[in-house]
Amino acid sequence: MTLQEQQGEAELIAAILAGDTQLYHDLIRPYERPVYLLALSYMKNETDAEDVAQEAFLKAFRHLSSFRADAKFSTWLISIALNEARGRLRRQTASRTESLDKDPDEEGAVSPALLRDWREIPSEAVERGEIRDLLRKAVETLPEIYREVFLLRDVEELNINETAEALNISVSAVKVRLHRARLMLQKYLAPQLKSVTKPKGRWFAWS
Amino acid sequence: MVIECKHVWTYISDYLDGTLSEEIRVTVQKHLEHCELCSAILDSTRNILVLTADDRVFELPVGFSERLHQRLEEELKQKKGP
Repeated sequence: MTLQEQQGEAELIAAILAGDTQLYHDLIRPYERPVYLLALSYMKNETDAEDVAQEAFLKAFRHLSSFRADAKFSTWLISIALNEARGRLRRQTASRTESLDKDPDEEGAVSPALLRDWREIPSEAVERGEIRDLLRKAVETLPEIYREVFLLRDVEELNINETAEALNISVSAVKVRLHRARLMLQKYLAPQLKSVTKPKGRWFAWS
Repeated sequence: MVIECKHVWTYISDYLDGTLSEEIRVTVQKHLEHCELCSAILDSTRNILVLTADDRVFELPVGFSERLHQRLEEELKQKKGP
């Protein structure tokens, strides 16, 4: 986000707080996707994810006056969505417990899939439903702490500092988790993508 | 400085982000020039990141925006301001 966009956002927020509430529609438009994707990564189903996203946008509106002007709206909003998703998951699965005795960032190294050569898979391949499903499934399979970092950083393209702030973790934790997430995806996806996109018989399809 | 493949793998993420120190970047670069294995790992990782970041992979459900703004509108109407 450019400084200009950031200033524009600050002005929008000031105007909303001054009573021009309709501008809230414009303020949140750029964040519909990141908020929804983050919610989806927790809830694992579209209906709950949409609900969480709506609640997060409503809560952000109701609490807009508590937003500090020195913070970034995007990270503030994402942390509201994160709390909403986590809270709902806790209520849904009250018995679910997470291991607290080990720091997940200290687990051993992730090794990549070993390949001798890699034939570039063009973006057009994403038009195939089969490839889209494979990519989505790979991201969904990542452990939560890696998935949330990966989605914010590599899919929604927040920078390292924004990702750290939104998730309330350190910059070094973002880097470690991102690295692991990327290698895990490479390990899972590279062999599968290679076999699904392998040219059959001929090198070129003449059409 | 010569490094082993295993060490190169630990730098892949920072290499892709361009956040390695100049010294390490040069060392990794030299290794990549003669190591098919590491080059293939780097290329596939980069390729996979491009594919997963494609907007078509993760799409908003149909009607998501409309439903969201409708619900917000109800809230905005009820209240004069936040």
